[in-house]
Amino acid sequence: MKAKRAAVPYGIWMVIFIIVPMLLVLYFAFTTQEGAFTLQNIATVGRYSNVFVRSIWLGAVATAVSLLIGYPVAYIIARTRACWQSVLILLVILPMWMNFLLRTYAWMTLLEDSGLINNLLEALGLGRVHMINTQGAVVVGMVYNYVPYMIFPLYSVLAKMDPSVIEAAQDLGASQARVFWRVVLPMSMPGVISGITMVFVPAVSTFIISKMLGGGANLMIGDLIDMQFLGSSYNPNLGSAISLVLMVLILICMGIMNQFDDGESKGGGIPL
Amino acid sequence: MKILSKIYMGLVFLFLYAPILVLIVFSFNDTDTMSRSVWSGFSLRWYERLFQDRMILDALRNTLLIAVVSALLSTVLGTSAAIGINGMKRLPRRLMMNITNFPMVNPEIVTGVSMMLLFVFGARALGGLSLGMGSMILAHTTFCLPYVILSVLPKLRQMDGHLYEAAQDLGCPPVPSFFKVVLPEIMPGVVTGMIMAFTLSIDDFVISYFTSGTTQTLPIYIYSMTRKRVSPEINALSTLLFGAVLILLLVVNLRQARDKREQKARREEAAG
Repeated sequence: MKAKRAAVPYGIWMVIFIIVPMLLVLYFAFTTQEGAFTLQNIATVGRYSNVFVRSIWLGAVATAVSLLIGYPVAYIIARTRACWQSVLILLVILPMWMNFLLRTYAWMTLLEDSGLINNLLEALGLGRVHMINTQGAVVVGMVYNYVPYMIFPLYSVLAKMDPSVIEAAQDLGASQARVFWRVVLPMSMPGVISGITMVFVPAVSTFIISKMLGGGANLMIGDLIDMQFLGSSYNPNLGSAISLVLMVLILICMGIMNQFDDGESKGGGIPL
Repeated sequence: MKILSKIYMGLVFLFLYAPILVLIVFSFNDTDTMSRSVWSGFSLRWYERLFQDRMILDALRNTLLIAVVSALLSTVLGTSAAIGINGMKRLPRRLMMNITNFPMVNPEIVTGVSMMLLFVFGARALGGLSLGMGSMILAHTTFCLPYVILSVLPKLRQMDGHLYEAAQDLGCPPVPSFFKVVLPEIMPGVVTGMIMAFTLSIDDFVISYFTSGTTQTLPIYIYSMTRKRVSPEINALSTLLFGAVLILLLVVNLRQARDKREQKARREEAAG
């Protein structure tokens, strides 16, 4: 087959721009600034375990909230009339066309101490609430930016589901709650899993949202990496080590998630 | 139940659109103090200033240039790669697909950092080069490639492989028969891939941030502004961009709807 040769330029491209850079990260993570082998960088990462714990915690909370908000949205959209479905999905996608930094910045203006929400609360006589530069603000930012990634895969699984299966369960006398827990939810599991990974990975590794909405106090893994490469404490060796640990961590998380997937039904993905 | 789900969707869309509404409204704010949450009357002054701001216009030009070049590059490379991968046997195809999926599951910041290492290394090895437009185009092409491949591959699989052979049996040389037979069949996938690459490139911040050197793109410029105070000029610019996207989406959707109607009409004609 001659067709195979068409992939050669791409193969070379990916070796140069994906595989070699990853090997460089590996090399930098295990060497000193002079280039000698060392395990010191990896050991130093341990010192930042509180940052890792915080990132994973905030990422997990944001993922859980996105799932709780996104599942009903996907379910409702999948149950509306066909002509409305594409309109509603478009409405979910549309905010993502505004630059991500600007959307996060808009939340700064909303959540500030003298911001719009606080002005509104005061006008209603409820008093001001301190929201910006808290972990809650970071979670709001993450959920806002990544909830569409949860809704797409859930929607594409739920829309494909055969309604007669649900009717069958109802005919057999199952209550609404039982139908959901025993029929709808198990069948939508592939969508749940790809939604969770699509939200969790960017949420854990973000460095803008925490910087803009979390103030200086809620440092995350991404901020740590940023500092080593372009920030105050220039140290690409340590930065590479942190990146490596982050990568391994996410691979492990995804491996665990895939255990829940039966691997038969491949759902999810962005409908385009 | 019906009314409850309508209220729920209303609340979710309020959450999704409130920040964007705030951005748009404050782009018309008549203020000198750049206050972000006090309304002091309608004006178009930020739109006037926008078109006089050299920094922003330069950044916009860079952003569009990078997006066009990397969208074209990744479309050509990606389409040819998809054809190659489609012609492969199971095992090499699995390997290629794993490499293709890798940048999509890897945290963006790690991809950015690893490419920064490559470019810094490469620039030093080649001597005298520095990061800028070139490195950003290479980086953007790399992260767009998987999306192009994943939108072209399904079209190739749908296509009847014998068509290409038939063209050659009828005496058409391989290259013209590719352009006359294969390309028209997979064109929708190629176009979708190119549009995705273009928009991903325009919106990208994280990877640009690590590979840009001192070159400014719009997202990088916005980032540097959010560290101080964002001028409402940026609000004005994002309002314009958002409007442009809205119109583009409407046109695309209307065209699709019209195509569908025409197809249906043609089918009915053929049947009747």
